[in-house]
Amino acid sequence: MNKIIKIYKSQENKFKEFEVPIQEGMVVLDAVIYILEHFDSTISVRWNCKAARCGSCGAEINGLPKLMCKTRIDSIKEDIEIKPLKIFKNVQDIVVDVSDTWEIKKKMPGFEIINKFSNKNISTKEMKIYEIDVERAQEFKKCIECFLCLDSCHVIREHKTNYIGPMHVVKTASFDMNPIDKKIRIDFLDKNGIRYCNVTKCCTEVCPAHIKITDNAIIPEKERINDKKIL
Amino acid sequence: MKNKINNLKIINTDILIIGGGGAGLRAAIEAYDNRINNAKIIIVSKSLPGKAHTVMAEGGIAASLGDVDDKDNWKVHFSDTFKEGVYLGNYKMIEILVKEAPERVYELEKYGALFDRTKEGKIMQRAFGAHTYKRLCHIGDKTGMEIIRVLEDQVLKRNIEFLDELQITKIFKHENKIIGAIGLDLKSGNFILINCRAIILASGGCGRLYKTTSNSLETTGDGLAMAYDIGCELIDMEMVQFHPTGMVYPLGVKGLLVTEGIRGEGGILLNNKNERFMKKYSPKRMELDARDVVARAIYNEIKIGNGTEHNGVYLDISHKGASFIKKKLPAMYEQFKEFADIDITKQKMEVGPTVHYHMGGIKTNPGTCETNINGLFAAGEVAGGLHGANRLGGNSLADILVFGRRAGLFCSKYINENKRANFDIMSNLLLKQQINLEIRRINNYLSLYSFKSLKNKNNNNLVVYELLDLLKSTMNENVEIIRSEKSLKNALKVINSIKNQLKNIKVNGTTKYNRGLLACLELENELKIANCIIKSAIKRTESRGAHFRSDFPKTSKLWKKNIICKKQNNSLKLTLVKVPELSKNLKKILAD
Ligand SMILES: Cc1cc2nc3c(=O)[nH]c(=O)nc-3n(C[C@H](O)[C@H](O)[C@H](O)COP(=O)(O)OP(=O)(O)OC[C@H]3O[C@@H](n4cnc5c(N)ncnc54)[C@H](O)[C@@H]3O)c2cc1C
Ligand code: SF4
Ligand code: SF4
Ligand code: FES
Repeated sequence: MNKIIKIYKSQENKFKEFEVPIQEGMVVLDAVIYILEHFDSTISVRWNCKAARCGSCGAEINGLPKLMCKTRIDSIKEDIEIKPLKIFKNVQDIVVDVSDTWEIKKKMPGFEIINKFSNKNISTKEMKIYEIDVERAQEFKKCIECFLCLDSCHVIREHKTNYIGPMHVVKTASFDMNPIDKKIRIDFLDKNGIRYCNVTKCCTEVCPAHIKITDNAIIPEKERINDKKIL
Repeated sequence: MKNKINNLKIINTDILIIGGGGAGLRAAIEAYDNRINNAKIIIVSKSLPGKAHTVMAEGGIAASLGDVDDKDNWKVHFSDTFKEGVYLGNYKMIEILVKEAPERVYELEKYGALFDRTKEGKIMQRAFGAHTYKRLCHIGDKTGMEIIRVLEDQVLKRNIEFLDELQITKIFKHENKIIGAIGLDLKSGNFILINCRAIILASGGCGRLYKTTSNSLETTGDGLAMAYDIGCELIDMEMVQFHPTGMVYPLGVKGLLVTEGIRGEGGILLNNKNERFMKKYSPKRMELDARDVVARAIYNEIKIGNGTEHNGVYLDISHKGASFIKKKLPAMYEQFKEFADIDITKQKMEVGPTVHYHMGGIKTNPGTCETNINGLFAAGEVAGGLHGANRLGGNSLADILVFGRRAGLFCSKYINENKRANFDIMSNLLLKQQINLEIRRINNYLSLYSFKSLKNKNNNNLVVYELLDLLKSTMNENVEIIRSEKSLKNALKVINSIKNQLKNIKVNGTTKYNRGLLACLELENELKIANCIIKSAIKRTESRGAHFRSDFPKTSKLWKKNIICKKQNNSLKLTLVKVPELSKNLKKILAD
C-alpha cells in the first residue's frame, strides 16, 4: 500500500508530494525518513529520539500540531500534509526557530530549595519527602517541551500578547508544586500574560505527555494570582 | 580583511564544552563555579537544549545510598562493577564512581529533582541486573529527563552560553595544546570557528553505528572520531554493549529500548514454548544477570528456533497488575500501546537484543578526565575505561554526573593555571590552511560545488544513504554479540570499500540544515570508529564480557589487558596495556 505524503518546502513556498510505501505500524517520521533516503535528502527536518521522548519533531500534520515520531500513519485516512509549527519563525522547510523559548526559561525564576536544606553542607539524605507530595509536581515534569501546546494556543496563534504560553506555565507549575521549592512565581506569571488564557483547553488536547495542562497547571496558578489580589 | 574566509564566523571563549547531555551540562556547572577571572564557558550541541540523548535514560541511576537495602555501601557497588566489567575496568575510576555517586544523587535533589520515594520518605531504589542490592534511584522510567531538566535549570541560572544545533566537525591543537574547534551552524549554514583554551568533550556514544540500536539520532560518535583525528588515545573500543531487550516490532521502532526496569520490577523472559529460559543460562540470577549474559541467552534462544514471530522472545510483566505497571513503568506502558498496539498490563511484549552503549572511548586520566592532549578533557559515554567489558545498568548516569563534574572541575583548574591568552588561529598560516581544508572537506560533499559532469548524474545524491545502510547492517551482522575473526575481517573489507567510495559522494542542497550533508559527515566519522572497533575486536583473541568470540570462547588470564587505539602516521596503531594491579585495600573488598 502506498500513501501520499506532502511536505512543505520553504524555498518554493509550496508542498512537495511523494508516494511512500507503507508498512504496518509506521509513523509519519518513518515516512519522512523514507523520503529523505529515497527521494529528496535536502528536506530540512528535525528529530532525535524517535521515541516521543525528546520533543524535537513537532509539526502540523493535516493542520494539527503533533509529534511526527508518534503519529501513526494508519491514524490518518486522507493524504498526509506536513507543515512546520506556525507560531515560530521558519528556518527551512519543517524546521522552526525555537530560541525564544530558551530566553523565556532564562527569565523564569528557577528552583530554589527550602531554607532547611539550602546550606551547602547539609546532605539531603535526612530530607524526608513523601510520595504523595511528589506526585503533583511529577505530572508536570513529564513535559517533553515539544512546543505543541504553544502552537495549539489561539492566544499565541492569533493575538499579539506577551503570554508566554502553556509549556512555560507547566514549567512554572513544576517548580511551584515542588514540595521542596520555596519561591512563589505568581508575579512572574501575572506579568507574562497568563490572564490572556481563557481556559479553552486546546493545549491539553494536543499534549503528547497527557498532562492536564489547563486543569492542573494553568487554573491553579490563576487561582493563586486571584487569591493574592483579593488579599 | 585578509583573514576572511567565506561564511566563517569567529567566536572566542575560554572553555568549550561539546555536548549538552548530562555529562556536558554537569561539567559546565562545575567549570563555571570554579572558574576565576570570569572565564567564559560555551556549551555546544547538535540537538536543541534539553533534547540530548540522555533524556532517553529510563531505569535509573546507581548509587549505594542504602535507602532500600541498608546493607548496601560503596564497597559492594565497587565489587559489582569491577566483577561485571570482567576485571578490565580501571579500578581508580570505579572507586571514584561508586564513592561519589551518592553525593551526586543528593545534589540532584538539591537542584530540585524529585525521585520516587519509599514509604519512609527516603529515595526509592530498584533492583537491576547484576547489582547485589536494590540500588537504582529513579523517577518512574523517566530518570534521564529529570536529570537533564534540573541540570539545565542550573545552567540557566549561570552565565553560560548554549549554542544549539552547532555541529562541531574538527578540533584544532597546536604543539599538543587545544586551541579551538570549527563547526557548522545548522540553522544558518555558516561555519563557526571557536577559539578556546580548553575543550571538554561530552559528545556521547556511537550506537548509531549499528542498524538496530536504542540510541538517538545524534549518537554518531563524532567526538571519538574528532579526538582520534588529533592523536587522542582511545581505549576498549571493541566493547559494545548489547542491551538484552529492545523492541523488535514494528519495524520503525525496532531497537527501541525496553527498560531493564521491567525485569527489575519483576518481569520474566519466556521463549515460544513458554519456558522461562533464563533457568538454563543463569539459574541463580535469572533475568537479572548482567546484560551480556542475558543478551547472549536471548540471542541463543532465537538462533535455536525458540524465537517469536518477529524474531524475539517474550517479556512479561502483566502479573504485576495494571496500577503497579502504570505507576512504575508509565513510559513503557505508553510505548507499547502507541507503537505496537500492545497493552503490557495484559499482554506479553516481544523483545530482542539492541545496541545500547559503548564501554570503549577516550582514554582519560582516572581522576581528572584529562586526555593525552593538553587542554582536552572527556567525560560521559565518549570516555572509556571505566566500565571495562560490560556496563551495569545505572552506572552510566552515575558516570556522567561524577565524571562530568570532575571534567568541569579540572578543566577550570587547567584554565586558571594556564593563563595564556586565546591563540589566534587565523594569524597562523598553517592553521588557517587547516581551516580552509576543513571547510573544503565539507563543501566537497555538495554537488553545488562540483563539476557539471558530476552534478547531473541522476540520484547520485542519495548514494550516501545506501552506504550508511551498508555500514550499519555490516556492523549488525558481523560485529555483533557473537563475533569471529572471519566475521570481523569481512566487516573490515566492507568498510574499506565504503571508504574508497567516500570521495565520490555528492548530495544536493546547501550547508543549511541539510540532512543529506549530515549523513555524509556521519558516515565519515563512523567509518573511523568502526575501524577501531573491528581491529580491536580482532586483536582480542578471547571472550570477555560484551566481547564474545566464537573462535575463542573462553576468557583468558593473559588478556587482562586494555587495547589502546591511536592514530599514527595516518593509520591506526594498536597497543596493549596491562590492567593495573588493584591496591591491597580494594583486593580485600573483592575477596569479601
Ligand atoms: C534508551 C536508553 C535508556 C538508558 N537508560 C539508562 C539508565 O536507566 N541508566 C543509566 O545509567 N544509563 C542509561 N542509558 C545510558 C545513558 O543514557 C547514556 O550513556 C548517557 O546519557 C550518555 O550521556 P552523555 O552526557 O555522555 O552523552 P549524550 O547524552 O549522548 O549527549 C551527547 C551530547 O553531545 C552532543 N554532540 C555530539 N556530537 C556533537 C558534535 N559533533 N558537535 C556538537 N555537539 C555534539 C549531542 O548533541 C548531545 O548534546 C540509557 C541509554 C538509552 C539509549
Ligand atoms: S487553555 Fe489557555 S493556554 Fe491552553 S490553549 Fe486555551 S488559551 Fe491557550
Ligand atoms: S505540556 Fe505537553 S504539549 Fe506542552 S510542551 Fe509539554 S509535553 Fe509538549
Ligand atoms: S524525535 Fe524525539 S519526540 Fe519525536
